[in-house]
Amino acid sequence: MENDKGKRHILSLLVDNQPGVLSRVAGFFSGRGFNIDSLCVSETTDPLVSRITLVAMGDMGVLEQIKKQLNKLINVIKVMDFTDMEYVERETALVKMRAKPEHRAEILRMADIFRSRVVDVGSEFYTVEITGDKGKVNAFLRLVKHMGVKEIARTGVVALAREKK
Amino acid sequence: MADIYHELVKTDIRHITVRHEQGAVHAADGYTRASGRVGVCLVTSGPGATNTVSGIASAYMDSIPIIVLTGQVPTELIGNDAFQEVDIVGITRPCTKHNYLVKKVEDLAGTLKEAFYVARSGRPGPVLVDLPKDVIRASASYRPIKNVQLRSYNPTYEPNFRQLPRAVRLIKEASRPMILTGGGVILSKASEELRAMARKIQTPVAATLMGLGAFPASDPLCLGMIGMHGTYRANMSSSECDLLIAVGVRFDDRVTGKVETFAPKARIVHIDIDPTSIRKNIPVSVPIVGDCKMTLQKLNALLDAEKFGDLRGERKAWLDQIGEWKATKPLKYIQKDVIKPQYVVEKLCEITEGEAIITTEVGQNQMWTAQYYRFDRPNCLITSGGLGCMGFGFPAAIGAQVACPDRLVVDIAGDGSIQMNIQEMATAMQYRLPVKIVVLNNCCLGMVRQWQQLFYDRCYAHTEMEAAPDFVKLAGAYGAVGLRASTPEEVEPVLRKGLSHPGLVIMDFVVEKEECVYPTVPAGAPITEMLLV
Repeated sequence: MENDKGKRHILSLLVDNQPGVLSRVAGFFSGRGFNIDSLCVSETTDPLVSRITLVAMGDMGVLEQIKKQLNKLINVIKVMDFTDMEYVERETALVKMRAKPEHRAEILRMADIFRSRVVDVGSEFYTVEITGDKGKVNAFLRLVKHMGVKEIARTGVVALAREKK
Repeated sequence: MADIYHELVKTDIRHITVRHEQGAVHAADGYTRASGRVGVCLVTSGPGATNTVSGIASAYMDSIPIIVLTGQVPTELIGNDAFQEVDIVGITRPCTKHNYLVKKVEDLAGTLKEAFYVARSGRPGPVLVDLPKDVIRASASYRPIKNVQLRSYNPTYEPNFRQLPRAVRLIKEASRPMILTGGGVILSKASEELRAMARKIQTPVAATLMGLGAFPASDPLCLGMIGMHGTYRANMSSSECDLLIAVGVRFDDRVTGKVETFAPKARIVHIDIDPTSIRKNIPVSVPIVGDCKMTLQKLNALLDAEKFGDLRGERKAWLDQIGEWKATKPLKYIQKDVIKPQYVVEKLCEITEGEAIITTEVGQNQMWTAQYYRFDRPNCLITSGGLGCMGFGFPAAIGAQVACPDRLVVDIAGDGSIQMNIQEMATAMQYRLPVKIVVLNNCCLGMVRQWQQLFYDRCYAHTEMEAAPDFVKLAGAYGAVGLRASTPEEVEPVLRKGLSHPGLVIMDFVVEKEECVYPTVPAGAPITEMLLV
């Protein structure tokens, strides 16, 4: 148990699509002193059901307790932990960065390498949309940092289990 | 709420007007525990709603199914900081099992039905329903709802069939087994099954505070309460046993003491309806999620099919060891010429033959009750166990008396906590509820004072309560009877007189001020490290 301390877990929750449900889930984390690294909510194919994808850190014991407690919430229909499963995860970030004339070509090249796009062009700033897993987004941010990043907005991770091949 | 009241008077629903909303919730709680039926309280918006929070949190910690209906400002004003508006659904989210804001009158009946279902089923708990004024005023045709089905909520009652044989195997292998019962046994009405199992496998039974009465205190296999103020033999047994069968408990810190040293030699079978209770604090060998009653029935059936040798013989050494702990380190106090609070509780138990419904406040009075009143039946001790909410006992006694008009209901109180909801004297008088209040009066907040005495060099910082009211006169002011005992000889006559009076009585016992609850386990220590008399 010791060596999985702080392991990153992606939890996917199916919940009733009602006001206050997000607050119950988020309140459960804050009330027990657990931190949420990222959280993303949206409707599913069933308009009565929403999916909450959240990322939290913790050892197996903590995560086991978190999952049981989340299941206990009346509005939570299902809790899945993708950690030990095959899954796909994606996150989108909008990165607004300084576009000095000498950097513009590099920005476009980086965008190309990372299969991302420039979605807004101003006289001084470019905004790049990049999608990928957390590692890819972080790598991009690391590489463009020296050019001056003004703002970033990240969606947080969404994930789905992979189907059997 | 006026619209509800306008209709309420036309029904045969029994309504008690209390003096403070906290009293209303505790009374509903007491009613529920004494009767097994769901108590309901109805309060107005804003401060009415916020005053219920302590009571709701107490019911939540002890898994008591009650319904709290709160008034709310009209839906179009919600969020406008309207007069007496408060987000009570937001406030009580972490201390209710579930709560609802009803936005349309069409949803009202279904929501109420669902609220009762959620409160009662699974691991029970309080449910709050917030009712905006326009929803209450509106009318709609009522269509009866037969069954509530929630796709996101399906409590597990039936224990997993693979785990039960594993539990049986551990029971067969054990030579020093022990059972620990909690409030879950009482909530699922599993006392009979528990008794049957304990006798079948000749295993001693300890109880948490919430589990007292689930197994008869008079039974030779009973170890009494475990934990911070548990009996010597219960705490030692937990430390020496090689199998601990925990039924309907959640291993609260007051039970385990230092978690790492709890039941170090034992394999643990943990039965509870709430999966989150299992492996939350204590690692277990056999986890069984299920209703206590159903699980014990099935376990008993499996045990019946097993061949046991001469269990009495096999257990002799273990039970003799426990007998020796009991003989050498019993619960005790030293009687002097001042009244000892333990003596009052013992006498009360003797006079009532252990048959009264006892509620307690919180602190020393609660622990002395747990130690010295012999609870032979379930649902006779009504106490705020998890939250430890002072001011609980008296309103809870009112609720219990409403539920059981023919039973003797006694609130064992301290002079500190009785003052926290003393205003409900008027309620008891108005509805002729003959509750008996026993005040163990030591002119201080005794449990805190005890800690100061034992762990803070007797620096009694702000725990003295010199300006307490004269409880005899106070009883008189409400039109009740007040009696006082100042010497040990007066205890029995005062109890006999007070208990035989047909109305509300306060009995004020002037007790030894520096008396401590023993055993005491210092906070965070192993429960075998007990301070004794």
